Amino acid sequence: MEVILNVNGESRSVDIDADTPLLWVLRESLGLTGTKFGCGIAACGACTVHVNGAAVRSCAIPAAAVQGQTITTIEALGSASQRHAVQEAWIAHQVPQCGYCQSGMVMAVAALLAKTSRPTDQEIDTEITNICRCGTYERVRRAIHAAALKLSSGDVEANHDGEPAEVRHG
Amino acid sequence: MGKWTRRAVIATGGLVGGGLVLGLGGIAFAPNRIGIRPEDEQDPARLSTWLRIAPDNTITVIVPHCEMGQGVHTSLPMMLAEELDADWQRVRVEEAPAESIYANGYLVRAFVPAVADVPKFMERFVDWGTYRITRLMDLQVTGGSSSVRGTGFLGMRIAGGAARAMLIEAAAKRWQVAAGECDAKSSRVTHAGSGRSATFGELAADAALLAPPVHPQLKSYDQYTIVGKPIPRLDIPSKVDGSATYGIDVDVPGMVYATIAAAPVFGAQLGAVDATSVSALPGIRQVVKLDNAVAVVADSYWRALKALRTLIPSFTATAHDAQTSATLAVAMGTALESNDAKKVFASGDAVATLGGASKAIQAEYSVPFLAHATMEPMNATVRIAGDRCEVWTGVQDPLAARKVAASAAGMSADAVIIHNQQLGGGFGRRLPGAHDFIDQAVRIAKVMAPAPVKLIWSREEDMQHDYYRPAVIARYKGAIDSSGAPSVWISRFNGTGGDAATLPYAVPNQDIRSVKTEHHVRLGSWRSVEHSQHGFFTESFIDELAHAAGKEPYQFRRDLLKQAPRHRAVLEKAAWMSGWGAAPPAGRARGIALVESFGSIVAEVAEVELVDGRIKVHNVWAAVDCGYVVNPDTALAQIEGGIIFGLSAALFSEITLRDGRVAQRNFDDYPMPKLADAPRIKVEFIRSDAPLGGLGEPGVPPIAPAIANAVFALTGKRLRSLPLRIEAE
Repeated sequence: MEVILNVNGESRSVDIDADTPLLWVLRESLGLTGTKFGCGIAACGACTVHVNGAAVRSCAIPAAAVQGQTITTIEALGSASQRHAVQEAWIAHQVPQCGYCQSGMVMAVAALLAKTSRPTDQEIDTEITNICRCGTYERVRRAIHAAALKLSSGDVEANHDGEPAEVRHG
Repeated sequence: MGKWTRRAVIATGGLVGGGLVLGLGGIAFAPNRIGIRPEDEQDPARLSTWLRIAPDNTITVIVPHCEMGQGVHTSLPMMLAEELDADWQRVRVEEAPAESIYANGYLVRAFVPAVADVPKFMERFVDWGTYRITRLMDLQVTGGSSSVRGTGFLGMRIAGGAARAMLIEAAAKRWQVAAGECDAKSSRVTHAGSGRSATFGELAADAALLAPPVHPQLKSYDQYTIVGKPIPRLDIPSKVDGSATYGIDVDVPGMVYATIAAAPVFGAQLGAVDATSVSALPGIRQVVKLDNAVAVVADSYWRALKALRTLIPSFTATAHDAQTSATLAVAMGTALESNDAKKVFASGDAVATLGGASKAIQAEYSVPFLAHATMEPMNATVRIAGDRCEVWTGVQDPLAARKVAASAAGMSADAVIIHNQQLGGGFGRRLPGAHDFIDQAVRIAKVMAPAPVKLIWSREEDMQHDYYRPAVIARYKGAIDSSGAPSVWISRFNGTGGDAATLPYAVPNQDIRSVKTEHHVRLGSWRSVEHSQHGFFTESFIDELAHAAGKEPYQFRRDLLKQAPRHRAVLEKAAWMSGWGAAPPAGRARGIALVESFGSIVAEVAEVELVDGRIKVHNVWAAVDCGYVVNPDTALAQIEGGIIFGLSAALFSEITLRDGRVAQRNFDDYPMPKLADAPRIKVEFIRSDAPLGGLGEPGVPPIAPAIANAVFALTGKRLRSLPLRIEAE
């Protein structure tokens, strides 16, 4: 069937089986290979993209179900000239090792920070459930707090609530 | 990461594109340099070309190891650039192609005289009778935590120092001054007397014509300006925006997609397959039968997977079809009773001393099989066209992969080109001996030729067709003498064990033996190899002996390390970092463990609590002695990652057998630690003058026993099998 997807600001038409997961349409039909295949059952989060700004595990949702919705992949989270604050924090804290899970991790974190500007460690634990086999979690947590601080530094509300992120961490 | 062309390989030692390519092999590995006789005196020195300097002063370091997150594509160039006095901002990296000139060969030799620590993956290539390495030029391995301490220390430094001397000599000739009056700094040679200077790029063409020095001057640690500094990894920016390319991302024009189901019981062969039900489905190109597997080829992975799932292939019966983890455990236990045990280490008279001891204890430990579960499932893309076979994949040994592909294709190795990609995790799964997915992909591509085929394993296929960390049962006996010191240490266990089964502590009467145990499950190297099991066993049992002696477990260990000052310093450091003497927060307890592996000594303290009947690890403190650290931030990351990897074995993961096959299928029944499970980790390095140790693996072994010892301190319950579970009373 023909499916029309709004991906990274462009309208893309693909001819696929109705049950094809969004992941494989992104990777194989559209060549957006930054989104990774890890498990196929929404258990690891390597395939995380944004649908209308929310983190979605694309291996377990049919592409046909997200027609007309705004899909953003890791390739369009930032731009060549302006990386997203989460990407900047990921480089500053040297988070990735093999890097395979990190597209999904970065997308999950970007979605979290969009709705919760200064997450607590407990909120991070609940919301970020992606698997990283290299074990980068220590840096993931540090970089989340760093990105949150940067993103919310212009936000007067956020600056008034509580202690700085570095204190929360630990 | 740059791409390599065959033309450049052929031009070894000469000029490529007007730049300098420095031939190395003959320098670093001349027998008189490292004091090791080559296997054959007539063997010509092979050239390794690790360095290219372009006219624009860009320096490219060609690294004969794969990048899988361990940072070796940064740390090895650092070691070379340091001795070269290169401007780090202009240093690039390329991964070497799968060619014999990049084989580990000469480096492997360097390990052999130090029999104590031949990397595990290399042992099978060592003829211990003659100390000669067989199949020397078949290896281009990244494993054994050996890249920095082997290739880097023995090779990259010398390559850099030699090139620096050649560039200075070229400048001196050009300016008609003495080489000793010239200096090199930041990719530029200067002559103070005349004020002249030239960039490395300007000098490279002349330098390439000179003979490399046999003994280049190398720096001492205090002269380093690049090594020892936290240099950002070169591969990280591409790993935050989706642009990094792994094997699974390769796009070869015209390719089709395959996925596969191999026999669920190892050793079974493919029986009948009725392909008629799927042949007519849209997009299905072919059902391919292999000896022990069936694959579906389609125009998309999803269509191939859907079709494969509707096939109901039969597989031949085997003698193992009724095997379960329970029956296997019985067989393994029975094997331990046999008299056919191989001595690993013995001293004094352990059996007699045990008989006369007033206080003796015994215990049985066990660990299960484990899957590597790399986040990137196994995959390979193959194009067979005419007399050539090209393979795009990510492996820890492209040279071994080339042989596998050549064999499957029925071609010579020269007809195969491996395009090695970044690895979405290795941990031993992508080492030689475990390249079954390449064999499969080549055989499928033969059927589909000339169309390229991308074979992708489902997670379920990956989980059930790994080369698993061996399951082991280990039995211990120990005794305490009248002074409260351990007098006897007896162990017997399945598998090989080797050095991993020995202990650093002074125990006068030891008897350590391994028992070969046969079964049908495929085995492989799993990050830290035998240390992953034996670190748990020995550091748990020494803890039991401490309690049997009525001693505090840290002091007990420390007292036994008088002859091992490095070990003792590491143990003391970890204890100090954790505040060992002070009471932990209410409801928590700490445990400590010390393991030497791959040339590095690591002690870890874990602080645990029981939360809803589950073991929660709050904090881990790790002290490490690996000699000195090349890239401190990467080194830190390797220990942090090793601790989490070890945590997966300690608390989460277990592969079991049912009906002869692996029971687990995916991350829902093979759970992994997640962010919420990750302890806060603090790591410190002790700088010693010891030879460089590895870092990719040594962080793994101590964590499981540290946690188990903490659980004992907290609950009084000694947990002796992994994963650790508190059973409800």
